[in-house]
Amino acid sequence: MTTAPVVKPVAAAEPATRANTAAKRVNIIGLERADYKGADSTLCAGCGHDSIASQIITACYEMGVPPERLIKLSGIGCSSKSPAYFMSRSFGINTLHGRMAPVATGALTANHTLYGIGVSGDGDTGSIGLGNFKHMLRRNVRMVYIIENNGVYGLTKGQFSATADVGQELKHAGRNELPPIDLCMEAIAAECGFVARGFAGDPRQVVMLLKAALAHGGTAVLDIISPCVTFNNRDDSTKSYSWGKANDERINDFTFVPPQEEIRMEFEPGEEKEVELHDGSRIVLKNLDKSHDPTDRNAAMSLLQNAREKQLFITGLIYIDTKRANLAQHENLGDVPLVRTPNEKLRPSRESLLKITAAMS
Amino acid sequence: MSVAEVRETPATASASAPGAGRAPVVNDFSISVATKNGSGSQTANTTLLRALFKTGIPVSGKNVFPSNIQGMPTWYTIRLSKDNFTARRPVAEIVVAMNPVTALEDHQTTPPGGVFMVADDIKIPLNRTDISYYLIPARKLSSENETDPKLRSYVANMVYVGALAQILGISLDDIEAALMYHFRGRRKPVDSNMNVVRLAAEWAKAHLPKTDPYTVSPMHKTDGMIMVDGNTAAALGAIYGGVQFAAWYPITPATSVADGLNEYLPRLRIDPETKKPTYAIIQAEDELAALGMVIGAGWAGARAMTSTSGPGISLMAEFTGFGYFGDIPAVIWDVQRMGPSTGMPTKVSQGDVIKAHYLGHGDSKHPCLLPGSVYECFEFGWRAFDLAERLQTPLFVLSDLDLGMNQWMTRPFDYPEEPVDRGKVLSAEDLNKLGFGGFKRYKDVDGDGIAWRTLPGTEHPLAAYFTRGTGHNDDARLSERPEDWENNIARLMRKQETARKIMPQPVVDQVEGAEIGIIGYGSTDTAIAEARAMLETQDVKTSYMRVRALPLSAAVKDFVAAHRRTYVVELNSDAQMCQLVRLEVLDRAADVKPCNHNDGRPLTANWISTAILEKEANNA
Repeated sequence: MTTAPVVKPVAAAEPATRANTAAKRVNIIGLERADYKGADSTLCAGCGHDSIASQIITACYEMGVPPERLIKLSGIGCSSKSPAYFMSRSFGINTLHGRMAPVATGALTANHTLYGIGVSGDGDTGSIGLGNFKHMLRRNVRMVYIIENNGVYGLTKGQFSATADVGQELKHAGRNELPPIDLCMEAIAAECGFVARGFAGDPRQVVMLLKAALAHGGTAVLDIISPCVTFNNRDDSTKSYSWGKANDERINDFTFVPPQEEIRMEFEPGEEKEVELHDGSRIVLKNLDKSHDPTDRNAAMSLLQNAREKQLFITGLIYIDTKRANLAQHENLGDVPLVRTPNEKLRPSRESLLKITAAMS
Repeated sequence: MSVAEVRETPATASASAPGAGRAPVVNDFSISVATKNGSGSQTANTTLLRALFKTGIPVSGKNVFPSNIQGMPTWYTIRLSKDNFTARRPVAEIVVAMNPVTALEDHQTTPPGGVFMVADDIKIPLNRTDISYYLIPARKLSSENETDPKLRSYVANMVYVGALAQILGISLDDIEAALMYHFRGRRKPVDSNMNVVRLAAEWAKAHLPKTDPYTVSPMHKTDGMIMVDGNTAAALGAIYGGVQFAAWYPITPATSVADGLNEYLPRLRIDPETKKPTYAIIQAEDELAALGMVIGAGWAGARAMTSTSGPGISLMAEFTGFGYFGDIPAVIWDVQRMGPSTGMPTKVSQGDVIKAHYLGHGDSKHPCLLPGSVYECFEFGWRAFDLAERLQTPLFVLSDLDLGMNQWMTRPFDYPEEPVDRGKVLSAEDLNKLGFGGFKRYKDVDGDGIAWRTLPGTEHPLAAYFTRGTGHNDDARLSERPEDWENNIARLMRKQETARKIMPQPVVDQVEGAEIGIIGYGSTDTAIAEARAMLETQDVKTSYMRVRALPLSAAVKDFVAAHRRTYVVELNSDAQMCQLVRLEVLDRAADVKPCNHNDGRPLTANWISTAILEKEANNA
């Protein structure tokens, strides 16, 4: 194990190694889309989570992420089942309810050269795991943290979650009177450097957000409204497909530019903003009808507060800060991950122990 | 318990009035220093302890302190024992009263024939005729010498060090050497403290004629030994065991394990080529997250540990079960303190034995190491990683407050001679040899209950698997099939049997003709050793087995079988180890008797021997 080379980020990934690549479409590292597949989903037909799993496959395939260099993590709940449904060649760990964050923190410190995709839900992140979630953001562990947000506990059959809007009604639980926790606001408050909201019904935007999130150098939070077709998909629910489709207001549109590609401007000059990401890739942002600057933390908070008051469903990249050091940098870790440290470097010398004990005499 | 703590009268001193004519008592008495916590008395007390250690006399120091920052009563007890018995004693012949709040009580509890040294500004009636009095002008001497008013109260404690040195005959050179140790060779604080010590010693020489029989005389019984606390030993052991990841949350009495890691890791574990650390330490947001991080790091392939105490262990229950069921290595140090609930955070207990062994919901069992000395805190510090990775499971090391936070003499730590054991890990090359279908994460290939694992990041298309706390089959796939469930649980139970064999075996002193067996573990070792010597003087022969791990060794059965009765000595109220021993020897369970006590203080030899005699009398 200890002699295996460290794989560089996607940007410098090895060229295609498969001999026979002519017949089939392959990505930059020579893998087919099928190499990114997972097990068959056991979620309800039409579940938003399956759509997101499919976009994860697309994003990783198109970016050429080596599956073995990515770990999948989750908590407990419907959302947390989904890592089994994408990228079977990636290591996965389905942890405890609400506790994906600490496991991710440990795993991605032990090996900070791996990609991490975590899939959680609104119950997992917004209630039982809220504290751990915010502390992970504070530490800025480099990973993509997806919240598949449907405002309802599905596996336990239809209780309100903490992200349910005031006035939301559920068959058994009745009407929700408590204010929702806005996980994007919580993320920004915890100094998260990449905060976006998406809608499972808008796969193109989800893929773009995922690519940018994978290239981000710290924790990237994607709060994706992902309708629960069984328990919370009534037209009047703010977490339903129909409501999402009718009310989705994109605050920006953007193009993800991998490091090896030239930027090709598609937008009118003066409207776009370019942000360079951790691995040298860039995103070119175009503001739509709202003039939101996602590098302005106060503006991001105001945008969310305004949307909350008016119950607007805004999607897009809400806040980005690429400057904050991540946890591996705080820990001063080198290029070689801790887990690849050879055994002989793990045990200090005999002489050093003699010196220490001599001082205790 | 029916057996009360019996007050021991000083065996070697006469109980009559002080004065000349009494035989000297050399290197065989205890000193108790009463102060307020946060007053800096720890420096004075540990200096005194180390000075005596450097004088060559076997010593131990026990700090009885409150869960508080400043102002509450603290007692520090030093025992000198020419015969090498270092357990706590219920009585101290020499009492130093520096705390006005407890002075009356301290005065009252000074045994006849003893010494009462008191700060002269503490106004209590000194009206006993059966003890020696020494009044010391602590405040005056320290304020004359120390110009910095902030430091005066700290340095005041050095007055009793100097006075005791003069009265007992402790060499000032040894005190200076101890201060050099304490201040890591920094001359300035050593000099300022030493000035007060000298001043006080000179003052005592001029003003305090000796009226007591207690004296210190150099010996050679600590030659080649070191003195250290168990938590520092644990941290060093972990470092020499190759710890790569540590996550922790502050809690008494475990915090100093993390302190030790933070102190020594930067010195010992920077890669000489890259100048980068070969470790990471994270202060977590709670104990639950601390173990979650350790589980994540262990899953990723790092040697990972956390250190905590009872309340932290409670929070770690769910993750421990997850690690057990997912076959993830982790090392968890539990420096036990008195529970239940918040209990007495600064008092010792061995109350987490059953909880740690069975932690988590559903059927689960975890291997536990039971260090019985600071030497074993070091040894188990490194061994814990080899065992956790070999067994692929969360492993507990059950230390306690007495072992962890007090200073103990020990032979120097031995460098680990065994190579680092990373357990059953398959590399990409290994997977190539196995071929398709050859790797199944939870398949018990070797029949020892331990399956082979790959590490995340292993670059092979067949390397990955999915870890889950839900039911799974050999292939790590979700399964709720009854046969898959039973198959997996049976494997985990086989692993328990493997653990029983490879964990450290008990240390046994089987005495010819002894009808009584004693089973003990952990910090009670010194008290048991002394209790056996006391029983021996009354012609009661005992054998002794010190168990060092759970699951209990098969040798326990033989030990119980070889004795008419076996007493399990421990520091908890539920006789937890006794219950575990009984489960191993069902046919002789009635002959396994609890001998437990749990009042927050380390056991005394006197209590153990009295309790065993009383129980034997009742059984007869």
